[in-house]
Amino acid sequence: MTVTLPDEDRHEGGIRTLRRGLRMMPEFRRGLPLTVLLAVLATAGRVVVPIAVQQVLDRGIGAEGGPDLDFVTWVVLGCAVIVVLTAVAVYGMNLRLFRTTETALAGLRVRAFRHVHDLSAVHQQGDKRGALVSRVTSDVDQLSQFMQWGGVLGLISFGQLLVATVVMFVYSWQLTLVVLVCFVPLGIAVRWFAAKLAVVYGVVRERIGDLLAAVSESVVGASTVRAYGVRERTAERIDAAIDRHYRAAVDAQRVAVGVFVSGEFAAALANAALVVAGVYLGLAGDISAGTLVAFLFLVTLFVAPVQTASEVINEAQNALAGFRRVLDILDTEPDVRDPATAAPESTVHLPEGVLGVRFDHVTFRYSPGARAALDDIDLVIEPRRRVAIVGETGSGKTTFAKLVTRLMDPVEGRVLLGSDAAGWVPLSDVSFASLRSRVVMVPQDGFLFDATVADNVRYGRPGISDADVATAFDDLGLTDWVTGLPHGVASPVGQRGESLSAGERQLVAVARAYVADPDLLVLDEATSAVDPATEQRLTRALDTLTAGRTTLTIAHRLSTAERADEILVVDAGHVVQRGSHAELVGTDGTYARLHASWRRSSAGEPEPVA
Amino acid sequence: MPRRRRDAVVRRGIRHVGRAIALQPKIFSAALLGSSLFAVMTVASAYVIGEITDRVVLPSFDQGSASTAALALAVAAIIGVALLRIVGIIGRRLLSGIMQYRLQAQMRREVTGQYLRLPLSWHQQHPTGQLLSNANSDVEAAWFFVAPLAFGLGAVVIILITGGAMVVTDPLLALIGLVVFPLVFVINALYSQVMSPRQQRAQQLRAEVSEIAHESFDAALVVKTLGREESETERFNARAGELRDGLIAVGRVRGLFDPLIESLPNLGTLAVLLLGAHRVADGAIDVGELVSIAYLFTLLALPIRAIGWVLAELPRALAGYDRITPVLEATGETPYGPEDAATTAGGAALGLQGIGYTFAGVERPAVRDVTFDVPAGGTVAVVGPTGSGKSTLAGLLVRLVDPVDGTVLLDGLDIRRLREGQVSDHAAFVAQQAFLFDDTVRGNITLGGPYTDEDVWAALRVAAADDFVTALPDGLDTHVGERGASLSGGQRQRLALARAIVRRPRLLVLDDATSAVDPSVEARILDALRASDAPATVVVVAYRQATIALADEVVWFEHGRAVARGSHAYLLGEVPGYADLVRAYSQADGVPA
Ligand SMILES: Nc1ncnc2c1ncn2[C@@H]1O[C@H](COP(=O)(O)OP(=O)(O)OP(=O)(O)O)[C@@H](O)[C@H]1O
Ligand SMILES: Nc1ncnc2c1ncn2[C@@H]1O[C@H](COP(=O)(O)OP(=O)(O)OP(=O)(O)O)[C@@H](O)[C@H]1O
Ligand SMILES: [Mg+2]
Ligand SMILES: [Mg+2]
Repeated sequence: MTVTLPDEDRHEGGIRTLRRGLRMMPEFRRGLPLTVLLAVLATAGRVVVPIAVQQVLDRGIGAEGGPDLDFVTWVVLGCAVIVVLTAVAVYGMNLRLFRTTETALAGLRVRAFRHVHDLSAVHQQGDKRGALVSRVTSDVDQLSQFMQWGGVLGLISFGQLLVATVVMFVYSWQLTLVVLVCFVPLGIAVRWFAAKLAVVYGVVRERIGDLLAAVSESVVGASTVRAYGVRERTAERIDAAIDRHYRAAVDAQRVAVGVFVSGEFAAALANAALVVAGVYLGLAGDISAGTLVAFLFLVTLFVAPVQTASEVINEAQNALAGFRRVLDILDTEPDVRDPATAAPESTVHLPEGVLGVRFDHVTFRYSPGARAALDDIDLVIEPRRRVAIVGETGSGKTTFAKLVTRLMDPVEGRVLLGSDAAGWVPLSDVSFASLRSRVVMVPQDGFLFDATVADNVRYGRPGISDADVATAFDDLGLTDWVTGLPHGVASPVGQRGESLSAGERQLVAVARAYVADPDLLVLDEATSAVDPATEQRLTRALDTLTAGRTTLTIAHRLSTAERADEILVVDAGHVVQRGSHAELVGTDGTYARLHASWRRSSAGEPEPVA
Repeated sequence: MPRRRRDAVVRRGIRHVGRAIALQPKIFSAALLGSSLFAVMTVASAYVIGEITDRVVLPSFDQGSASTAALALAVAAIIGVALLRIVGIIGRRLLSGIMQYRLQAQMRREVTGQYLRLPLSWHQQHPTGQLLSNANSDVEAAWFFVAPLAFGLGAVVIILITGGAMVVTDPLLALIGLVVFPLVFVINALYSQVMSPRQQRAQQLRAEVSEIAHESFDAALVVKTLGREESETERFNARAGELRDGLIAVGRVRGLFDPLIESLPNLGTLAVLLLGAHRVADGAIDVGELVSIAYLFTLLALPIRAIGWVLAELPRALAGYDRITPVLEATGETPYGPEDAATTAGGAALGLQGIGYTFAGVERPAVRDVTFDVPAGGTVAVVGPTGSGKSTLAGLLVRLVDPVDGTVLLDGLDIRRLREGQVSDHAAFVAQQAFLFDDTVRGNITLGGPYTDEDVWAALRVAAADDFVTALPDGLDTHVGERGASLSGGQRQRLALARAIVRRPRLLVLDDATSAVDPSVEARILDALRASDAPATVVVVAYRQATIALADEVVWFEHGRAVARGSHAYLLGEVPGYADLVRAYSQADGVPA
C-alpha cells in the first residue's frame, strides 16, 4: 500500500514528468515568456566575446595597412557594453526565475503535504513517515537546487547552441553539417543515458526516503532502543541505509560520468572530422583557409554549450527523480474521498439532531485477499444510545470505529448515519466538513502536538480561549490535575506530548474531543492508561456531558460496558452478542466470560492460571 | 566589525575546505590529479589545434594538396588529447563524486550515531523533524561544494600555465590578468558576507519545514478525525512560504554573483584586446603574440567559473556544518563502568536508595527520595494515580535515564558501574506504549538476539500472541509495518511482552504494559517468570487488583514519592487514596472488593 508507482511507470520520460509537473504547478508558467526572452539576451554575452576576438584579430589588427585602432576601440567598447548588458539581463532573468520557481515549488510542497493528509488512514500507515517527509522536503529541495543553477544554464546553453549553429552556417554550411553529423550519435547516446539516469537517480531518491525512515524510527523509538540495548543493531540498520544510499549515489555518478565522456568524445570527433573534411573541401575549392581557421575557433562555441548541456541533463534527471516522487504522491487517488470535492452535486449534509449508526452488510479487509477484519456486519445503533463495544484483542473493534468515522471505506456494504426519524445518509456522501464537525473519535493512541495543553485542546475547537479550556477540564472533573501542572493549561506538552505521562496525554485527548462537541463521539481505548479513580470520575462526567448524544466506547475495562445502554460484542470480525449488561452477563457467551474475567481481576482475585 | 566578520566567513570557509581534504586525502589527491590532467589537456587541446592549423591546414591550402599521413597524425593528436582529457574527466568527476558521498555517508553515520548515544533528555528537546533535517539536508549542504572542488583547484593549473605563458609573452598585458583575479576574490568575499546569514536562515527554515511535516504526518489520524487538514496545511504553508522567501533571498544574491563572476574574464579579454592592439601598433608585440594572449585569456574563463562554483557553495556548506556541529559536540552520553552484573541464575536483587529525578526545564521533581528494596525473585507492584511518576521510576530501574539523586543497585552494584549492555542483558522493560520496529514479527521479538524460532514461539505462547501470529499471512516473517501499523493495539502490546519474555530476564519491569491484555494472560506471564526454582524479580506498574495481588509488596506512589509500602491488605486499610484507586470499579456500583 505504498505510494510508489509500478516499475514501468517509473521510467516515464522527462518530458512527460515535466508536463505532469507543469499541470501541478500553474505558478510556474506565469511570466515565463519574459524570462525566456531575457535568457535569449543572456545568450548574446556568451557569443559576443569570441566573435569580438575573431573580428579584432581579423579585421582590426590584421587590417591591411596596419592595425586599425579606432575599429578595435569601437568593437571592444561595443562588446563591453553588450557584456555588461548581458550581465544585467542574466541578473534580471535569475531574479525572475528564482522567484517563479521557488513560488511554484513552495506551492508544490504544500499541495503534496495536503495530499498526504487526504490519503486514507490505511494508505498513510502503509507509507513510512520519514519517507513521506522526504517527499515534501528533500525531493522538492532537489528540484529547487536544480532550478537555481541548472534551469538557467540549460536555457542559456540552448540559446548558445542555436546562435553558434547559425553563425557556423553563415561561415560554411558544409562544415556545419560535418559538425552536426558528429553530434548525432551523442544525441542518441544522451537519450539512452537520460533514461538510465532517470532510473538511477530514482533509486537515489528512494534511498534517501528509506534513510530518513530508519532515522525517524530510531529517534521515535529511542527508549526501546536503549531499554533493549540494541543500539548497535539499530546503528547497523541505519548504517546499512546510509550505505545503500551511498552506493546508489556513486552508481548514479558513474552513469553521469558516461554522459560527460560521450560529450567530450563527440567534440573530439567533430574537431578531427573538421580538420580532415575542411582540408579536402578547401582543396576542392569550396572553402577558404580563413574560413576553416575561423571555423575551428567557432566550433568551440558549439561544443561548450553541448558540454554544459550534458551537465544540465544530468542534474535535470536528478531533479526529475525527486519531482516524480512528489508527483506520484499527488497522483495517488485518495481512496477515501471527500465528496465535497469529488462529487459536489451528490454531497449531502448530515441530518440535524443526534446521529445513529447503521451498518448495511459491511465487510472490511485491510488488503485484498486478507482475512476480513469485519465480516458482513448488519446492525443499527439508535441515536442517543451509549454503546460499549467489547471483544478480544484483534477482534475488529478499532476497525469498526474507523468505519463509523470514515477513516476507511468498507470493501462491501455501506455505513449510514442518521436516524429513522430524520433519515439515513450514506457516510460516503457526507462532506468531510459536515462529518468531522459532528462525528469525532479519540483514537487508541492519541497524539499531542508540541505545544501547550490549551493549544492541544483548542485543536478540537479552534478559537476558544485558555479560560474555555480550563472550564472544559473543570466540566470533566480534571481541575485538580490541570492546576497541578507547572503552568496550568499553558504548560507545554513536549514532542508527541512526551512531557506528560501516558495517562495525562489521554486526558488531554479526551478534553480535545469533548470541546469539539460532537453529536456522535467514538472513544477507542481513550482512557486505557488513566488510573481507575480518575477514569471513573472522568467517564461519569462525560456520561453527564454527553447525555442525549450517541457514544460508542471501546474499552478493555468493562466498567464502561456495565454502564452502557447496550453492548456490542465483537469476535473475529463478527458481532456475536448484543444487549444490555444485565441481559448479557447472565447468558452463557463471550461477554459473560470476558466480564467474569475482568471482574475477578479488578476485584483482586488472582486469575486461575490456564 | 563588518570587515572582521567577512574575514571570518572566508577563513572559516577555507578551513572547511581543508577539513574535507583532510578527511579524504587519498581520494582527493587522485581527483585533483585527474582534474590537473584535465586542465593540462585543456590547454594542450588548444595548443594542438593551433599546431595543426599552422603545420597541416595552412600548408595543405598553400600546396594545394593534403598529406594523408599528416592528416592522420592530426586526427590522432586530437583524439589522443581528447582521450587523456576523458581520463581526466573520469578521474575528477567520479572521484569527486565518491569523495562527496563518502563525506556525506561518514557524517551521517556520526550524526545518527550521536542520536543513538545521546540521552533521552536530549531527544526530548530536539524535534524529530529537525533531526531528520540534520541527517539529510544539513549533511548534504555541508559537503555539496566537494563536487566542484577538485575541478576548481585543478583549474589553478590552467591559471598557472596561462599566467606563465602570458607573462612570458607580454608582462604588461599579463598585468590585466593580475587585476582580474583579486577582483574575483573581492567579489567572493562580499558575496560570502551577504550570503552567509541568508543560507543559515534557509537551512534553519528547511529544518522547520521538515519538523512540521514530520509532526503533522505523525499526527495524521488526529488531523483526520478532527477534520483539521485545512489548518495543518495552513501551518505548513506558512513555514513553506518563509522557506520560499528565504530561498528567493538566497537566489537574489546568487543571481547577482553568477553573472558578475562570469563577465569578469570576458571584460578582461576585451581589455587585453584593446591594450594589445595598442601594443601591436607600438610594435611592442607582434600579432601572433596577441592572438595567443587573447586565446589564453578566453581559456581562463573556465577555471574562474569553476572556482566561483566552489566559493559560491561555501556559505551554504558552513550553514549546514554549523547546524550539525552542536549535535556532534553534544555531550551527556551515558557513562558506563567496567563491571559485569552477577551471573547467578534467577532473579536479581534490586535496591533503590534515595532516588530522585527531575526533568530538564521543570522545577518539581517527577520522582523524589524513593527508597525500597526488592529481594531476588520478589514481585513488587507500583501503584499510583496518573502522573504520579511511575513511568519515570520504571525508566530509572533499567537505566533509561540516570537519577539526579540516589542510586539504583542491581545485585548490590550501582548500575552506573556496569558495562554497556549489561543492564539490558539482565533486565527487560516493557513500556507503557508498545513500540514496534518496521521489521518482521521475529525481528521485533529477537531484536537480533540469538533466539531460535522455538524460543520465539514459546514467548509468543506465554504472551498469548501465538494464535494471531499463526494467522498472519507469513507467520513470524510477517512485516508489521512502521510502528506495527498493521496490528491492533492489543496485538502490538503482546509482541512487546513477548520481546521481554523471550529474554528470560532476571529483572522484568512492566509499566502498565498489559492494559489491553486479558488478566489471565498477564497472570500467565508472571507465572511463567516466577514458576521456576529461581524466579525472576518483577516490578509491575498496575491498577488491576488481580495483578497487585500477585505482588509480595505494593508501593503506593503519590506526587513522585513512595508514600506507603506494604501488603495489598495493609494498604487498603491504611491508605485511603490507595483504596479509592484500586477499588474504583467495585465501588462504582457498590460491589465490595
Ligand atoms: N519529559 C518530561 N518532561 C517534563 N515533565 C515530564 C516529562 N515526562 C513526564 N513528566 C511529568 O512527570 C510526572 C510523572 O510522569 P510519569 O510518566 O512518570 O507518570 P506516571 O505515573 O507513569 O503516569 P501514568 O499513570 O499516566 O502513566 C508527570 O507529572 C508528568 O507530567
Ligand atoms: N493497517 C492494518 N493492516 C492490516 N491488518 C490490520 C491493520 N489494522 C488492523 N489489522 C488487523 O485487523 C484485525 C482487527 O484489528 P482491530 O485494530 O480492529 O482490532 P481491535 O479489536 O481494535 O483490537 P485491540 O483490542 O487490540 O485494539 C486484527 O487482526 C489486526 O491484525
Ligand atoms: Mg483497537
Ligand atoms: Mg506512566
